[in-house]
Amino acid sequence: MNNFTPLSAAIGGALIGLASTMLLLLAGRIAGISGILGATLGFGTGERSWRLAFIAGLILAPLAAMLAGYAVPAPQMPDSWLLVIVAGLLVGFGARLGGGCTSGHGVCGIARFSQRSIVATIIFMGTAVVTVALMRHVVGG
Amino acid sequence: MLILASLLCGFVFGLGLLISGMLQPTKVLGFLDIFGAWDASLAVVMAAALAVSGLGYRLSQQRSQPVLALRFDLSTKTAIDPSLIAGAALFGIGWGLAGLCPGPALENLATLSPKVIAFCVAMAAGMIVHDQWYAKRPATPKSGALAGTDG
Repeated sequence: MNNFTPLSAAIGGALIGLASTMLLLLAGRIAGISGILGATLGFGTGERSWRLAFIAGLILAPLAAMLAGYAVPAPQMPDSWLLVIVAGLLVGFGARLGGGCTSGHGVCGIARFSQRSIVATIIFMGTAVVTVALMRHVVGG
Repeated sequence: MLILASLLCGFVFGLGLLISGMLQPTKVLGFLDIFGAWDASLAVVMAAALAVSGLGYRLSQQRSQPVLALRFDLSTKTAIDPSLIAGAALFGIGWGLAGLCPGPALENLATLSPKVIAFCVAMAAGMIVHDQWYAKRPATPKSGALAGTDG
């Protein structure tokens, strides 16, 4: 537990909850990032503009933080490009097939006590834990 | 106004991911690595987010409509179907491989990391492949087949 950062985690988490609440109260929408992105990529679906605005806000946040002098760490990604691409494909396909991701199911869905979201969150946490265990302690260990 | 409100919501959401440390894939992997040097931070992020959004969602239920839109657009799906289970399972494998889920992946585009860009392109491709495949499935009605996402 040497990397545990409970205070920043709690503050950041509260902001994520606040943003999700604001989007529901103001726009009547669920702050599920895979749903928001998926619908902007889809053909023939309307209401792209608010979704693109949400994604723009998401990307502007670290840029604003950098301008304010906050050090935004460079993301540390896997060495293998193939692994990065396979992971991206699985995340995109799986989130659409399962109807949501960490935000849509894990935060917004559980917040409204959706059984589907609770089941989805348990399953994706489970397969993610198994994947990391295999990658770090079996394959890479 | 709706556009500005969405922009602001995305911005606050992004600040939350940034401050919580969840933009860093290795931090997320530290949480998922329960057999290694386990980092419980992600659990705290989720608990705090749920505490606020749970309360906020309850408050919003007292309103008949949102401030800037005509209606609340919530999923009405309740069935635990094979798509949900298979989709969540595949999503978790991808999440565990790279430590990135859609929110932090898109937000990390701000860093212009080539691997994050590749991840996002692959993620978008995965979504498009799914939606094309889903629309072509013979058993499903074509109109509105994708309307019922949970998030």
